[in-house]
Amino acid sequence: MSNLISHFLLDPIEGIGRRTLQMVASLGRFGTFLGRATVLAVTPPFKLRQFLGRVHFIGFNSLVIIVLTGAFTGMVLGLQLFITLSRFGSDAFLGPAVALALIRELGPVLAALMVTGRAGSALTAELGIMRISEQIDALTVMALNPFRYLVIPAILAGVVTFPLMTAIFDVVGIFGGYLVGVKLFGVSEGTYFGEMQSFVDLGDIMTGFWKSLSFGILVTWVCSYKGYHAGHGAEGVARATTQAVVLSSVLILVWDYFLGTVLP
Amino acid sequence: MISVEGLRKSFGPQAVLRGIDLKIETGEILAIIGRSGGGKSVLLKHLLRLLRPDAGRVIVDGVDITRLRSRQLEQVRRRYGVVFQGGALFDSMTVFENVTFPLREKTSLPWREIAERANLRLEQVGLGGSGHKDPAEISGGMRKRVAIARALVTDPEIVFFDEPTTGLDPILVNAIHRLILDLHGKLRFTAVIVSHEIPEIFDLAETIAMLHEGVIVEAGAAAAIRASANPVVRQFIHGEPDGTPSPM
Repeated sequence: MSNLISHFLLDPIEGIGRRTLQMVASLGRFGTFLGRATVLAVTPPFKLRQFLGRVHFIGFNSLVIIVLTGAFTGMVLGLQLFITLSRFGSDAFLGPAVALALIRELGPVLAALMVTGRAGSALTAELGIMRISEQIDALTVMALNPFRYLVIPAILAGVVTFPLMTAIFDVVGIFGGYLVGVKLFGVSEGTYFGEMQSFVDLGDIMTGFWKSLSFGILVTWVCSYKGYHAGHGAEGVARATTQAVVLSSVLILVWDYFLGTVLP
Repeated sequence: MISVEGLRKSFGPQAVLRGIDLKIETGEILAIIGRSGGGKSVLLKHLLRLLRPDAGRVIVDGVDITRLRSRQLEQVRRRYGVVFQGGALFDSMTVFENVTFPLREKTSLPWREIAERANLRLEQVGLGGSGHKDPAEISGGMRKRVAIARALVTDPEIVFFDEPTTGLDPILVNAIHRLILDLHGKLRFTAVIVSHEIPEIFDLAETIAMLHEGVIVEAGAAAAIRASANPVVRQFIHGEPDGTPSPM
C-alpha cells in the first residue's frame, strides 16, 4: 500500500521538485556566466587578437547572408506595403513605412536571427568541440583563463557587430523597398526618400540600435554558454548547438517584445 | 612532492573515487594503472584541479590545491605541463603556434627566444620540420608528440600524461615512452602518467600505483608491482579475465 502511494503520489511530486531545482540551478549558472563575463570584459588583460578574430567570424562572415536577407525583406515589404497603402491612396508613405518597419523592428530582429543561424550555431559548435576535445581544459591547466580567450571576445564582438549588421540590413532593405516601390511600381523617388526623412527620427534609429545591441549580447551569451557547457561526444555538441539556436531565437522575439514596450 | 589524502568523488549515486591515498615524490615517474572506467582520469583531473573532490586533499609541495582560489591556483598551474589523451591541440593554430602558445601568453620572452625554445622542443620530439602543419594534417602519433612538446616548452616542474599512447601501434608506444624517458632524463620533471599499456609501462615508470574500484590497491616500485601477489594486480597486469593465473 505504502509502495503504491509512493509510486503514484510521491514520485511525481519528487520529480517535479527535482526538475524545478535543476532549472533554478541552471538559470543560476546561466546568470553567473554572464556576470563573470561582464567582470572579465572590463578588467585587463584584453585579448585584442581574439576579439578581432571574432568580429571577423561573427560580422564579416555574415555579410553575404545579411545583404541577401536584407534585400529580399525590403523588397517583400515594398511589395506588400505598396499593395496595402495604394488601397488607401497612401502609397506616398511607402518610403517611411518600409524604413520604420525595418529600422524599428525587422532589421534588428531578422539580422539577429540570421546571425544566430550562421555565426551563433558555429560559435556553439566550435566551443562544444573545444570542450569535448579538452582544448578548454588545456587552456585552464596552462593557467590561462578560457573565458578571456573564448567567451569575452565573442560577447564583445556581438556588441560591436550586431548593430553594424543591423545597420547594413536596414540600408539594404530600404534599397530593396526602393527597387520595388520606385522602379517597379513607379512611386516617385523624391517621395520615397523625402517622406522617409520627415517620418523617421533619431528615436526610431536609437530603438533599433538598442535592440540590436542587446540581441548581440543575448545571442553570444546563450551560444557561448551552451558551447562552453556542451555535453559529451558529438551528440552533446549537436544538442548544445540546437538548444543555442532555438533558445537564442525565442529569446530574441521575447526580448524584442519587452524592449518594444519600454523603448519609445 | 604531491600528496593525495583521502580523496573521494561521486557523480550522482556513483562513487568513482572512494578514498585515494597516494604520494608522488619530486622527480620520479609514477604511473597510475587500472581498468578502463576505474577512475584514473578522474583522479588526474583532481591533481590538475579540473574537478573538486567531495572530500580529501591534494597537496602540492605543502599547498592544498583543493582549497585554492583561482589566482593562487594559477600560480600552481604555472608549474604544470599536461599532455591530454587526444592531444588537445588548438585546431585554429599550426603545430608551431600550438607549441609557442603557452610562452606567448604566459611569459614576456622576446619572440626570437620563444621561437628557439619551441623549435628545440619540436626537434626533441622528432618534429623539427613540421611546425607549419595544421593539427588536422598530422597523424595521431605526431599529435601526441606535439602535445608533449607543448607541455614541456615552459620547462614545467610537474608533467601529467593522460594515456599518452592510447590508440597507437606498439612501435609508436615504445617510441613515445622512450621520448618521455629521454626528456625526463634531460629536464628532471616529476611525471604522472595515466596508462594501461601493460607491460610497456613497467619499463618507463619508476613507481606504479594500481587503481581499482576507486581505491589504490597497491603502490610501489615497478618491479615490486610486477611481482605482486595481489590477485587484483595480477589479474590486471596478466590480462586474466577471471583473476586466476593462466597456465603457461
